[in-house]
Amino acid sequence: MSKKQKKMLLRIIFAAVMTVTVQLLPLQGICRMAAFAVPYLTVGWDVLYSAARNIFGGQLFDEQFLMSIATLGAILLGEYTEAAGVMIFYQIGELFQNIAVGKSRRSIAALMDIRPDSAVVIRNGSEITVSPEEVTAGEIITVRPGEKIPLDGEITEGSTAVNTSALTGEGIPVDKTVGDSVNGGTLNLTGVIKIKTSGVYSESTVAKILELVENASEKKSKAEGFITKFARIYTPCVVVSALLLAFIPPLLFSEAPGEWIKRALIFLMVSCPCALVVSIPLSFFGGMGGASRSGILIKGADSLEALAKTDTVVFDKTGTITHGSFTVTAIHSEIISENALLDIAATAESYSNHPIAKAITEAYCEKIDKKRIGEVKEVAGFGISALIDGKKYFIGNAAFIKKIGLEPHECHISGTAIHIAEESEYLGHIIINDTVKPDSAAAISELKKVGIKKVVMLTGDSSHNAEEIGKLTGIDEIHCGLLPAQKVEKLEELISAGSKTAFVGDGINDAPVLARADIGIAMGTLGSDAAIEAADAVIMNDSLLKLPSAIRISGRTVHIVKQNIIFALTVKAVILILGAAGLANMWLAMLADVGVMVLAVLNSMRTMKKL
Amino acid sequence: MKKTFKLEDLDCANCAAKMERAVSEIDGVSFVSVNFIMQKITIEANDEAFEEILKKAVKLIRRIEPDCRVIL
Repeated sequence: MSKKQKKMLLRIIFAAVMTVTVQLLPLQGICRMAAFAVPYLTVGWDVLYSAARNIFGGQLFDEQFLMSIATLGAILLGEYTEAAGVMIFYQIGELFQNIAVGKSRRSIAALMDIRPDSAVVIRNGSEITVSPEEVTAGEIITVRPGEKIPLDGEITEGSTAVNTSALTGEGIPVDKTVGDSVNGGTLNLTGVIKIKTSGVYSESTVAKILELVENASEKKSKAEGFITKFARIYTPCVVVSALLLAFIPPLLFSEAPGEWIKRALIFLMVSCPCALVVSIPLSFFGGMGGASRSGILIKGADSLEALAKTDTVVFDKTGTITHGSFTVTAIHSEIISENALLDIAATAESYSNHPIAKAITEAYCEKIDKKRIGEVKEVAGFGISALIDGKKYFIGNAAFIKKIGLEPHECHISGTAIHIAEESEYLGHIIINDTVKPDSAAAISELKKVGIKKVVMLTGDSSHNAEEIGKLTGIDEIHCGLLPAQKVEKLEELISAGSKTAFVGDGINDAPVLARADIGIAMGTLGSDAAIEAADAVIMNDSLLKLPSAIRISGRTVHIVKQNIIFALTVKAVILILGAAGLANMWLAMLADVGVMVLAVLNSMRTMKKL
Repeated sequence: MKKTFKLEDLDCANCAAKMERAVSEIDGVSFVSVNFIMQKITIEANDEAFEEILKKAVKLIRRIEPDCRVIL
């Protein structure tokens, strides 16, 4: 408890004791009022003060103002105990809210405390401790066992095991040695290592993740938008009803106004929508915090909401369902030698970063002479054409070869066939294959368990290969042979059929699809800026099994938010009805209002728990 | 220009929502977000008027929650 909070607690205790004492004293009339003024003012002077100040500041219908009116009204009616009691309860509620919200704010912040505090940099032969922001790219830093690695870089000395759980949610240590790259924010476990930094702190993975998570609540959920709007009309409505209740019935039935004013004051007690306004962003933030602890970054409360509604998951195949790392499994050459065919393909693809290109260049053991390459053109969704030693070659899928008027030979081996042709002659093909990730099938069956109705796979691959993978993993619907633009079309078909879609891809050339889906999820992208940029959520390690848990976490969060909204509104409605009917007193109203807020805040903290 | 400032002693979530609404109504502000959990306010406005807008924003925030301070 902070100093301010302790002071408040003392005021509350003093006022409570005083109220009970004065209640027991046999005082009458003005003396009784004066005696009650002591606890009332002790506990509530600041409420009265800010109410008065806010009236001049133009802040009508403000919480303190309403509370002041309610208690002053009670005093005028001679209900001194109620006035003091209500003020005490109000302050208890405020104090609790303050402590609980502060505590949960801190625990959510701690959840995401992956920010490295300092870096030990070697300058002029000696080690200096500086803040990570001061280290420039290319400097050497030392990290001892048990310390957080402050920046992204490559190990130049030593070897160790690294715990990446802060970024990936995966607790199994990963062995790293000279030449391996490490990410800032991960934990060095066993050995002393020296790291050559690859960039400054603000460009590091950990800084980007932190920025993303901290800004996540800028994007507000629909539930929060609804409550903000609701809060704006709720208070004035309740206040106006209170006024009507105080004056209309006495005029109609020509009764004494005292009883009706008392009922109206009950309305003022429950006129603050605080429970809702506090608990909703807290729930969403807790949910995002909990998800990030399990290695799933969700970029905003709106994305979390969309994820909870998802009923159709659409996967990209390569790099998502499969490893995405290809190996050459066969070379079928028609005219030239197999090695010569591979030479052409590897040379042409040497500039490309595409996984297929990498597999081909890796399979080609000799060094590639880049001087031999002339102009290279990439035709998206088809392949590339390249000038090598002055001759033009076409390297790509079967459709590409047909496009230039040649007939590619089909292959009996499963995998992706890369056909190679000269301008007028078909040369042969290289078969490349990719293997299914071990947890893909398990993840898809888990998805069905969390309520996903349909699992779809979109791929640019041939039907034969795609169907085989589909059968192996339990995918319901497969669309193959698609160009990037056609993937978007297929997705749009699903969306217009009423599906709430989540698209899962690795961020390589599927950015448009990621953006078009109701929620785009990029995966296996630790450190890949483009994917983090385009997606609404990022799975920090390669495991598809994170996806069902992300859906579960978001579902639970949305459920808790709904619970809070319904619970708080019901209690308030019940109090309003009971109050209007004269069945509730001020004590009950105040207790209910504070109680709802306490329970809603406590309930919202459940979103942070691991599943 | 988009800048983020820390809000000290921002205690009431309803006030945070009010601040957001009030600041967004200042002329020249293109985006504003009050992050109650991180205790931050992010203001985006055109560069020339930024200082002026910031002054107005600080005033509005103080009026809504007098205990809350903007750390500039």
